Amino acid sequence: MIAWTFLSCLIGALLLLLLPRQWINTARWLALVTASVSVSVAVVAYFGYKTGPDAEVFQYVFKCEWIPLLGIQVHLAADGISLVLLLLTGLVAVTGILFSWNVEYRPKDFFAFFLLIIAGCYGVFLSFDLFLLFLFYELVIVPKYFLIAIWGSSRKEYGAMKLVVYSVVGSVLVLVGLVTLYVVSGLETFDLLELSHASYPEAVQFWAFPVLFLGFAILAGLWPFHTWAPTGHVAAPTAASMLLAGVVMKLGAYGALRVAMPLLPEGLEDWRITIAVLSTIGILYGAGVALVQRDLKFVIGYSSINHMGFVLLALVAGNTFGYSGAVLQMFSHGALAALLFAVVGRMIYDRAHTRDLDMLGSMDLGRGLSFAAVTFTIASIAAMGFPGFSGFIAELTILLGAWEAFPIFAILAVVGILITAAFTLRALQQSFFGERPAGERSSRHSAPAWPPITLSEKLGAGLLVATTLFVGLYPSPFLELILNSLKSPLMEGLI
Amino acid sequence: MMYIEFLRQVLPELVLAVAALSCLIVHFALEGKGSSVFRLNMLTMVAGLGLVIAGAAVFLAPGSEPSDIGGMLAITPLTRLFKVLVLLMCLIAIILTREVFTGRHAGEYFALILFATLGMTLLISGGELLIIFVAFELTSLSLYTLTAFHKREVASAEAGLKYFLFGGVSAAFMAYGFSFLYGFAGSTRLPEIAMALQTGSLEPFLALGVVMTLVGFGFKTAAVPFHLWTPDTYEGAPISSAAFIASGSKLAGFFVLAMILGSGLKGFEGGAGWAGFEAGWVPLIAIMALLSMVIGNVTAIVQGSVKRLLAYSAIGHSGYLLLGLTAASADGVAAVFFYAVIYGLTTLGAFAVVAVIHQYRGGDRLSDFVGLREHAPGLSLCMLVFLISLAGLPPLAGFFGKFYLFTTVMNAGTSAGAQPGMLWLVAVAVAMSGLSLYYYLVILKKIYVEKPFPKDGPVKPSLLFRGTVGLLAVAVIVLGCYPNLLLEPIHSAVAAMVGGPP
Repeated sequence: MIAWTFLSCLIGALLLLLLPRQWINTARWLALVTASVSVSVAVVAYFGYKTGPDAEVFQYVFKCEWIPLLGIQVHLAADGISLVLLLLTGLVAVTGILFSWNVEYRPKDFFAFFLLIIAGCYGVFLSFDLFLLFLFYELVIVPKYFLIAIWGSSRKEYGAMKLVVYSVVGSVLVLVGLVTLYVVSGLETFDLLELSHASYPEAVQFWAFPVLFLGFAILAGLWPFHTWAPTGHVAAPTAASMLLAGVVMKLGAYGALRVAMPLLPEGLEDWRITIAVLSTIGILYGAGVALVQRDLKFVIGYSSINHMGFVLLALVAGNTFGYSGAVLQMFSHGALAALLFAVVGRMIYDRAHTRDLDMLGSMDLGRGLSFAAVTFTIASIAAMGFPGFSGFIAELTILLGAWEAFPIFAILAVVGILITAAFTLRALQQSFFGERPAGERSSRHSAPAWPPITLSEKLGAGLLVATTLFVGLYPSPFLELILNSLKSPLMEGLI
Repeated sequence: MMYIEFLRQVLPELVLAVAALSCLIVHFALEGKGSSVFRLNMLTMVAGLGLVIAGAAVFLAPGSEPSDIGGMLAITPLTRLFKVLVLLMCLIAIILTREVFTGRHAGEYFALILFATLGMTLLISGGELLIIFVAFELTSLSLYTLTAFHKREVASAEAGLKYFLFGGVSAAFMAYGFSFLYGFAGSTRLPEIAMALQTGSLEPFLALGVVMTLVGFGFKTAAVPFHLWTPDTYEGAPISSAAFIASGSKLAGFFVLAMILGSGLKGFEGGAGWAGFEAGWVPLIAIMALLSMVIGNVTAIVQGSVKRLLAYSAIGHSGYLLLGLTAASADGVAAVFFYAVIYGLTTLGAFAVVAVIHQYRGGDRLSDFVGLREHAPGLSLCMLVFLISLAGLPPLAGFFGKFYLFTTVMNAGTSAGAQPGMLWLVAVAVAMSGLSLYYYLVILKKIYVEKPFPKDGPVKPSLLFRGTVGLLAVAVIVLGCYPNLLLEPIHSAVAAMVGGPP
């Protein structure tokens, strides 16, 4: 049943390919319906997931033979971590389509590529066979390229190719790591749960862990391998930025958490401090660079490096707070980054045709596009980690975990939060509430009339804001799910 | 041995010979009658019919072990499967020829393709060195002529000459190497050579024989450093013969190479693991694989002509296939065969699209592909499938082919819990495979991203052609999602052969 998350998207993409070129509206609705079906499956799965002392951790298990020669199976399952990320994927999918309602150029191709990426993301979060996981992980690459190269803006072909190069380097490392796991384990299987019973010699773990971890972490924006992210996010069309920052970066963090860390725990021990250092640099560097950007999308792009740094730091903290904070932060950042990119890319850029902070400042957007201004303010406050929003609870948990493991990095991360507040406020103030030149003050009535915010935008923004508020105010269902999945045989050894 | 028995065993080859001669006769009979399109259609029908009957004859021919008929021919489930696959690739090449052939001597062209196919089928069932050599020469001579077929075009003549000179030298090397092997073993039959190897010691002359043989095969399979003919030949040759050289000829070449190495030179493998080099053929193959993968893929990046790009990518793919041979195990051979088939089908498809572009746009520069999706959406989608599969991304056949290849190579000779010895070479292969995505994406960017030039018109090849290319694309997708369809037959056939008498 859980397979229908990605199956529906694949079917939707196929149907879109067959659609006549002129049926633009049908293409939109088809994409929206497909994404809604997939998210409904995820929601049903979320509510149907049984927690309790004697409930299985991995539920919705689907297993069948696929390529017996290599011991490859179709093995799907979900635990709390998967479910949280499935919900995030579905949420970004639906809102991404809502925010792409105005795509007029080759819409059916656009939505087909979009749905393919979504399908790949769902698949990664559900696969418990490493071959299948890697297949979905790679499935995402080419559609990403086309989405950016065809529908993107500013230096789109460069940004697209850079993104592909980094993704491919990541998957090369992942592939080498996976094949090593298969060969060294000697179990002739790619099943994640079975491989976790194998013992890998420490000499192998010492080099295999960084290979595998880095392969995933490149996609998660680990400093100094993060440079694809800001360029890619800026070049991408709105929905693709939402998806890249919102979900695709989480694929990397998820892979590290799901595959690299549980299978090679001794390797993790060897490299723990190094990764913590790099993530902390990422937190500070991302925030610092965001502070001096002129392009609003670059500000958000670098803030993603900052937020994903928290996730990576939390992952290596190695305690319950760390893991639950990491997953919460993945969800929270996913929703917030999607919201921020939606406001900047769709609401502002598609109307004002600029993202330069100075130019935006002179446009009096706070009054002209008040809906965008309000949404952006809420999103900024949430991204700064204000209580009441999902970012607060996530970052608080992460800091608790990091403090327990390595207090110095926790303190530096707090400094990072302060810089985050600084650059967020700066961007907010300069873009929406900038000083208008004195000459224009008199001609107030002649301020350009922007096209009004459409219903689909309001709907999408509303969904994302509601989610981040809901999780911020009432995080316990999510936390319960995540804590429950930390009891699984995979995660037990890590705490 | 009854002569009639021998004729029954070479039934498919006989059918092919008859079909080739019929093509010549049909051509002369129709000379000056009807339009050229009509003549092409008739020839395609004759050749296609011949191939279909030959395919049926493959199953009618009685089985044979290498020990029969003086050990000349081996007819096993494995050789049957590969003969059918080569015939299939020939059929596709013929359909491609029908679409784009220009010139007067169509009959000769078809006949030569069929003769080349005959050589390949003989090659596949060759159980001893002489048959292998003769079959190789039959294939090569037909292909030289095909390459130079457009004799009034300088490029075609140059390509043919280069191919011929390189091929001739390589044949000399191969024959020389074979003579040493014969001198060592006292027999030209592969199983007996293997027996002699097991009892004999490693002698310089044997090593010389192996090196010479590998040099010969290096030329034939376009492996670095014997690859220099490849780009010019692919570029100058008529596209349908270039496609056939890249697919059928490569498949047959790797088949017989694997046979010679696997059953003839058994016991002389050596090793190429990190810090575990041992003299034998594996280290030689490993070095050729390394060079081919790196040089082929890196050089492909800077090509402006899509045919040359595909040629360099073919060199890179030879590298992956050689890499598979270093596993020196039944799994490795199965992986090489699986990948060679996938590669053959995929590259035929890619060449077919290039051929049509060449026909409609007059060239095969990258710029001739700009905006193709507007003018031929179906073909563009097929090209997307072929190129992404060549790059090895899911869910296409090339993805699983490479995955299986790399895994078996890593697995060979590594015991559980030890450091994998072949990691160095596999890591290079994976990295090069990642690199290759770049240049395939460059073509796809022209097709899908850039806006079409207003001067270009629609590209609309015949229904038969579109259907064939479409089927190839579907096959690549289906084999990617469910590789067992092809993997299982190949693996069990290889296992049966290895498990049987030595």
